This record gives sequence, structure tokens and C-alpha cells, in this order.
Amino acid sequence: MTNAFDEMRGKDGSPRRAYEAVAAWLNATPPEVLAAKREEAERLFRRIGITFAVYTEGADTERLIPFDIIPRVIDADEWAFLERGLTQRVRALNLFLKDVYGTREIVRAGLIPERSILLNPAFRAEMQDLAPPGGVYTHIAGIDVVRVSADEFYVLEDNCRTPSGVSYMLEDREVMMRLFPDLFSRCAVAPISRYPEDLLETLRSLAPPACEGEPTVVLLTPGQFNSAYYEHTFLADEMGVELVEGADLVVDDGRVFMRTTQGLKRVDVIYRRIDDEFLDPLAFRPDSVLGAPGLMAAYREGGVTLANAPGAGIADDKAIYRYVPDMISFYLGEEPILKNVPTHDCADPDSLAYVLDNLHELVVKEARGSGGYGMLVGPHATKAQRAAFAEKLKAASSVYIAQPTLALSTCPTFVESGVAPRHVDLRPFVLVGADRVRITPGGLTRVALKDGSLVVNSSQGGGTKDTWVLRATNAAAGGK
Amino acid sequence: MLARTADSMFWLARYMERMENVARLLEAAQHMSALSADAAEWQSALVAAGCDQGYALKYDTTTPENVVRYMAADRDNASAILCCLDQARSNARAMRIALTRDMWDAVNEAWLESRSLPPSAFAMENLPHTLDWVKRTATRFRGAYAGTMLRNDVYWFTRLGTFIERADNTARILDVKYHVLLPDYSGVGGMLDYYQWTSILQAVSAVRAYKVVYHGRVTPWNVADLLILRPEMPRSLRSCFDEITENLDRLAEAYGRRGECHRLAGAAASRLRYARIDSIFQQGLHEFLTDSVERTAEIGNEIAKLYLL
Repeated sequence: MTNAFDEMRGKDGSPRRAYEAVAAWLNATPPEVLAAKREEAERLFRRIGITFAVYTEGADTERLIPFDIIPRVIDADEWAFLERGLTQRVRALNLFLKDVYGTREIVRAGLIPERSILLNPAFRAEMQDLAPPGGVYTHIAGIDVVRVSADEFYVLEDNCRTPSGVSYMLEDREVMMRLFPDLFSRCAVAPISRYPEDLLETLRSLAPPACEGEPTVVLLTPGQFNSAYYEHTFLADEMGVELVEGADLVVDDGRVFMRTTQGLKRVDVIYRRIDDEFLDPLAFRPDSVLGAPGLMAAYREGGVTLANAPGAGIADDKAIYRYVPDMISFYLGEEPILKNVPTHDCADPDSLAYVLDNLHELVVKEARGSGGYGMLVGPHATKAQRAAFAEKLKAASSVYIAQPTLALSTCPTFVESGVAPRHVDLRPFVLVGADRVRITPGGLTRVALKDGSLVVNSSQGGGTKDTWVLRATNAAAGGK
Repeated sequence: MLARTADSMFWLARYMERMENVARLLEAAQHMSALSADAAEWQSALVAAGCDQGYALKYDTTTPENVVRYMAADRDNASAILCCLDQARSNARAMRIALTRDMWDAVNEAWLESRSLPPSAFAMENLPHTLDWVKRTATRFRGAYAGTMLRNDVYWFTRLGTFIERADNTARILDVKYHVLLPDYSGVGGMLDYYQWTSILQAVSAVRAYKVVYHGRVTPWNVADLLILRPEMPRSLRSCFDEITENLDRLAEAYGRRGECHRLAGAAASRLRYARIDSIFQQGLHEFLTDSVERTAEIGNEIAKLYLL
């Protein structure tokens, strides 16, 4: 992708306005200093204990996600635009979910085939006609955005179930402020430290009907062997709420309680970081020991709120993705602000024929897959790889979707060969309460560390960067 | 707080304390064995740490190298120093949220360091240096929690873990050597006895404390008095049980209920408060110490029943 949009430098090679300070700093900083800072960053991350588990490795299951010390900078105007687009999109996704588990007007209107919903494995019949507090289903959404030019942003995928990565967003910032306090203060960066507070306020706004007084919020984790366990402890700690496991919860008479040193204590809102199937052995997988028996019944009776709601995954399904622009116009009567990548559903024979003819230009991935496993990036694959993939595709076409290969923007990144452009994406986190939408300025920037690679997933050699959203200049004048 | 949180804090503190005690036992054994060539000191260390049976399954003879390997680094021995640290860190990680940053740093950094220890760290010539590191780690952990934790139930459960473990250890250390303290003990006599008594003091870092309290040469009765009845000695049974009852009382006040653990701890503490060392010797030192180990275990079980399940 030689013609990818460079976020730091314009076509003439001079730095874009948002990057002026960072470009000057890079010019003035020798590589040895950057290398020393990178080592210091790694030490800090190890000390904090921010690791993720890799299931395929040997005994040492705790590893660090590589961190790149060069910040990614986003202008205040660009951010304002993104923020409008994200709010719009997540509002539409929530209205879609309410509709899916209600009267399905969007199906009646002929915009989405009923089978795409009812036969979708992410659809939860248990949610039919259940009205969650505030009519909100996806309370914490992570929307993966890529940039292809100065003013074009595409949503690559929506994450409406239990998106992770926000602890990296917060810890990356902590580390950057420690490593580069001067650069940071010169740039007038919008703070992100309010995220845990915003999350807690969002969750508290969702108290169930049976709750009297201040709602008690807990975070439900599958436990310390989960790959995102660090994040669970981090968020519970930052919010000052209990971090519970399924075995800590008891359901009695339509209410949920946790076992404490003083006996049972009532729980009102559960920010759950376990998958739908494991929430309640009585409602979903009977062999689950991660959830609490009776939880769904209590939820249905309004005794407890689950965030995000079970069944929210239907909104982020890759087969549903292509209808999101339709949802925006159908529910909101608005034009989509953020673009959708044209998507070919290989289940459709015409689409399949097109995809097979154009494999060299397309990205093909499993509709239900995640983590960047088992995908083909056509332009980067050899002829033989494409031929092999075509056979797989023909054998199980309904499993796959295909999209044009986007020229993801690049940011300067400190790699073995020095500072070089690498492709990035962005996952901002959108919080939807019963009261309002809250978005922290920034998000998690993921970077493909391999030269030319477009796959940013940490399981595929991706790293992270701190994301600096600049404050609007008039606000910056009054700040420190 | 969650019952599981309390359980993790309790065991975190126990494992850190146990790790330190094992280090002190090895230190005392190495010191003593420099004076007498036989393996009795190493055997005593195994017994005091409750490791003798596990050791016998693996080794036919007691050699210093094997004892050190078993008590310091053997993954089959749950009380080995490195296993204690693993389990402490695992409990800490399970309950990151209840730990202060300083506590987490103390445990996690030590754990990271332990993973890069060379195999030679436990060779005889490096042992003192490595054991110093272990003691420093435990001290840093206690200092971190004393200095940074809120004085609430999380803290009281952590304290309970520390002192239940310590009471158990002190009683065991004394019991292993109780015979050298008895008046009718007919050992080798002379200087070696003196060193035996001193080694007990050394195993609980009380050599200087003894001098401050008794101002004189070491006698077996005073050693027993110091480690059983002296309230100012931080590793005496008396001190441990004062701490146990105090922390249990605070929990009872905060939660508004008491249980069997309160009764048992109160009984044990008042026995220590009003006992005299000569009557303990008359009734039998060994019986007294065995009884103390059993009572401590019983109190631990009752704490679990009331709060941790």
C-alpha cells in the first residue's frame, strides 16, 4: 500500500498541523534515546502487570502486547467529526437491537431478511420482548475505525458484546505521560482519565426496576485465566466496585446477591465480561461454571441489569454489518457519517463469483471469526495462497464475507529499522447509559508492526500506541 | 467485601509469612551446621517447616544441598520458598483490586525476580545472599501493607493471615528443639547447648531482642519465655495471639457478629497472657506446643467457616 494516507506528513513531506510538535520531537531525538525509552516502557508495563494470555504459547502464558512509543495524533476537528459519527452509529445499533427483540419493523420494511436475524447464532430468543432499563442493549461498544484519507473514515467492525482494550488505552497514556511529560504538555492533549468514572456513571444509570436506593454495580469476570483478566481487575479497581466470579453470585427470589464476609449482599447492575453462553447454566450452556444459575430469570423479572445485554452480538455480526447504513437511515432518518466498507456475502452465488474473480484485490474473512485468524489479504497473498483459499471458499462459501482491501492510514512507528510508517486502526469506546452517550476522546490505536501488514490484531503481531486527541485550540488557551 | 477476596488476602499474607519463616529456618540451619558437622540441624529445619515427610519420599539421606533444594525451590513442595511466592502472587493476582499498588509491586516484582534467579542462587555459597533477598521481600510486603492499606476489613484479614501463620511457625520451631530446652536434657553440654539455644533465637531473628530483654547469657527457660509469653517479642505466641484476637475483634465490631473463632482465639490469648513459664515446663513443654499448633489450625478453620466461604 504505497499510496496509503500518511497521518504525519502531507504529500509534500511537511508535517500536518496536528503532528508539528511530534515531528519536531522525532527530528530532535536520536534513535538511541527512543530505544532506551522503549525499554523503559516495557519495564513499566511488566511492573504494572499488564499482560495478556496467549493460549498457544508454552508455560509462560503472560506476555506483553508490544507498545510503540510514538503517539498517534488526532486533531480536535477530526475528533469532533468521529464523535458525531460514533454517536450516530451506536444509537442506531441500539435501536436495531430493540427492534430485533421487539416487533422487527426493519424486517417488515424489507431492509433485512428475517432469516439473517432468526438463524443468526448471535440471536438470543431469550431476549424477545424483554425490555432492559433505558432501552439500551449495547452499553459499552468498541467501534473499529480506519482512516483512508484526510476526511474519510470507515468502520471496519462494530463490537457490541464485551469489547476489550480500554485498559491499554488508559495504561498507554499513563506510560506516555511518565516517559514524555514535556512533549505531552506541549501538545495540549485531551485527558482520558475520566473513562472509569464515565463507565461507572453509565452503569449506575441502568439500575433495574427492583432497585431501591443507590444501585450496587459489580464486574463479572471468568477469572484470572481469561486473556483480558488484567483489564477486568483494572476496571473494577478504577471504578471501586467488586470484581466477582460466577461462584460469588447467588440468585434468590428474583434478585442477585454476592457472597461477602458479612453474608449475602444485593447486586443491581452487572458489567459482565463473560460471553452470553456462559452467563447462566439454566438458560444457556448447562455445563457453564462461570455464570450464576437463575441469572437470566432475575434479569427478565427486572431484578438485575446485565451490561451488555445478552444477544447484543446480533448487532456486530459480520453478516449484519452491511445493513448498518440502512439502520441509520431507517431508525434515525440520517445520512451515515462514518462509511461502511462494501461487503460481499459469499453465501450469495453472484457475490461468490465476483469474489473468486477478484481475490487479488479483496480481504476475505470468516463472518464469525475474530482476532485476525484465518483471513486472506488478497493483494499480499501469493498466487498459490489465493488458489488454496479459493478452494476453501468454494467448499464453505456461506462462512465467508469479502471486502475491498482498504489502504489503511499509516503513523510513524519505532521499529527495528528506525522510525517508519506502519498501518493503524482505532478502537474508540462508546458508553451508552439510560441518560446519555459518553465517549472518551481517543481510543485504542492498534498498529501492524510488520512492514506493509494490514493486520493489527495483537494475536497476529500487532502492537498499540497512545492516541492523542488534541484539545480545541480555544480551550487549550485556558488550560495548562 | 467478597468472601473470596478475604480468603485471597488471608492466604497471600500467610504465604508471604511462610516464605520468610522457611528462609529463616534455612539460615539458622546453615549457621549451626558450620559449628557441628552432622545433619541434625538440617533435619530439624525440615521438621520445623513440616517438610520432613515430603522430603523423605524423595531422598534417602539428609544432605544440606538436598534440604536446601527441597525447601527453597522444589516445585513438589508447597511450602518451598519459590512455591510460597508463586502462590502468594497467584492470590494477589486473583485479587489485584484489593491490593494497594505498593503491595502488588512488592509481590509481583519479587515474583518476576524469582523467575530469573539462576540455579546457583541456592548453592551453599550463595545461600545467605538469596535468603536475604527472601527476607527483604517479605519485609517489603509487610511494610507496604502496613504503610498503604486502609484500616478496614481487608487489612484485618491480611493481618490475620500474617499472625496465624507466624503463631504456627513459632510453635513449630520451638517444638523441634524443645528437648534442648528441658532441664533434664543430657546433650553434649557446654558450648554446643549454648549454640542450640541461640539457633532457636536466630530462627526467629531474636538474638538481639533476647539481650535487650534479659540482659544476660542465654538460658533455655528464658528462650522459651521470650518466644511463648513475652508480649514485646513480635514473634512470640503471646504477640501473635494478641494480634489475632485484636483483628478478630475489629471484624466483630464492624460486622456486628462473633463466632467460634472469637471464642477459641480469646481462650488461647488469655491462656498465654496469664501463664507462667515454669508451669508450662511442669505441664510439659512439648504438649503445650503441640496443643498450640492444633489450636492455631482450629482457629484458622473457624475463621474460614465464619468469613471466607
